Amino acid sequence: MQHEIIIAGFGGQGVLSMGKILAYAGLMEDKEVSWFPSYGPEQRGGTANVTVILSDQRVSSPVLNEFDIAIVLNQPSLDKFENTVKPGGILIYDGNGINNPPKRKDIEIYQIDAMNIASTEGMAKTFNMIVLGGLLKVSPIVKLESVMAGLKKSLPERHHKLLPMNEKAIIRGMEIIHKQ
Amino acid sequence: MPEEIKLMKGNEAIAYAAIRYGADGYFGYPITPQSEIMETLMDEMPWETTGMVVLQAESEVAAINMVYGGAACGKAVMTSSSSPGISLKLEGISYMAGAELPGLIVNVMRGGPGLGTIQPSQADYFQTVKGGGHGDYRLITLAPASVQEMADHVALAFDLSFKYRNPAMILSDGVIGQMMEKVKLPEQRARRTEDQVRQEQTWATLGKPDNRKPNIITSLELDSSVMEKNNQRFQAKYKLIEENEVIYEEINCEDAEYLIVAFGSAARISQKVVDLARAEGIKVGLFRPVTLWPFPSKRLNTYKDKVKGILTMELNAGQMIEDVKLAVECNVPVEHYGRLGGIVPSPTEVFEAFKSTFIK
Repeated sequence: MQHEIIIAGFGGQGVLSMGKILAYAGLMEDKEVSWFPSYGPEQRGGTANVTVILSDQRVSSPVLNEFDIAIVLNQPSLDKFENTVKPGGILIYDGNGINNPPKRKDIEIYQIDAMNIASTEGMAKTFNMIVLGGLLKVSPIVKLESVMAGLKKSLPERHHKLLPMNEKAIIRGMEIIHKQ
Repeated sequence: MPEEIKLMKGNEAIAYAAIRYGADGYFGYPITPQSEIMETLMDEMPWETTGMVVLQAESEVAAINMVYGGAACGKAVMTSSSSPGISLKLEGISYMAGAELPGLIVNVMRGGPGLGTIQPSQADYFQTVKGGGHGDYRLITLAPASVQEMADHVALAFDLSFKYRNPAMILSDGVIGQMMEKVKLPEQRARRTEDQVRQEQTWATLGKPDNRKPNIITSLELDSSVMEKNNQRFQAKYKLIEENEVIYEEINCEDAEYLIVAFGSAARISQKVVDLARAEGIKVGLFRPVTLWPFPSKRLNTYKDKVKGILTMELNAGQMIEDVKLAVECNVPVEHYGRLGGIVPSPTEVFEAFKSTFIK
């Protein structure tokens, strides 16, 4: 089994770190993982994206042009990646600032208003974890406890006190994601 | 999950592997996409544990000359940079080859020419394996295709460079440098002691004892008859390396009717192309040179009567293709596909190119 995922949004939204946490969770489950970021100068204020692959076998290409799951967090990313989802795949998007919602009929489309919840419920710092929660709800590619274990491993010890608020955000994301 | 398996970037793997090899020194100057090598070394502060020196030089030229100096003392020393920075180091690399000094140079390639882009590229193939600097010299060249190989090739490159007293290069690119994968780091080795260096590197300039003449490390020889002998000695050494140190990987090659030849990140993409082709019933295999010099010409030659066509996939305008054509003595159609200037093609793009080239 192989899951090929693209996460895209504005630089600063936590796109790369969401991918990293997903990769660490895969590591906790003894999967083969690859994480390949866009590392261009466009990351500051522009668009950032990361390709994460979780697999039971050795990962071949870390660079892909079609995905099982696309998580898009702004309009430019939606425009760029909607057509890269494989037929039958999953598209998750944050509704904030989206004027042209996704139109495809051959994929499962989910909306998660994580940006809205993050600002109204005081979870701005864990915005990306809300989105990750949404992903885990519609496609449980890794277990919640693996995510938490991965988070613990990837965060320096002085930040471990932040783990509960991250878990809370993930669970909130699971609650608010809905089919378009 | 075994404790020692970690998730890290290729660049970070180089840094950790250097410390664990027991390297004596790193000298570098930052440049994207390889800056994490020095960043990681600075974070780890190995000067407080193994005693390894980590120094940010004032320029790439200074860094390679520090490597020359360290190597002349028999030390295991290294530098790293990306394409434009490597161009600056070439004078020093040629001098190291001429003075028969070991040492590791890492190139995490980006798109050129000139200052170019910061995105991945493999356009320094010619520069690395066909000379680059002046004079008849060869650079032992390893092309890692995974984060694990980034770690493993550090020890391999150092060992080969000491075995033959010749500089060695790890030729990587922005994809392998920036991506994170699982890696198992090697065991920590102790740095060679001063006594060990004196015993093993008898040529090193570490101070002259009474019982021998002074060691001289230089690439200069004004007497051409002696310089020709030096060159003949280098050539004999290069021949030995070509005979003994070739490394390659073959994936699905046994029954292949077509081959893709690719190294580094292009090989990873091509591995997926092989899967796509096999899913459509087309028998494609991947031949991956791990050493770019010495090039696996002999092994590739054995395919000249077996396959109908060879595609080289490179992130450049077609450089390794020349060595592939030489290897098969032009007995098989050899074509090239590549993207330029930092663009990384997708597996389906390469597969379409393969099909339009060979399956009409």
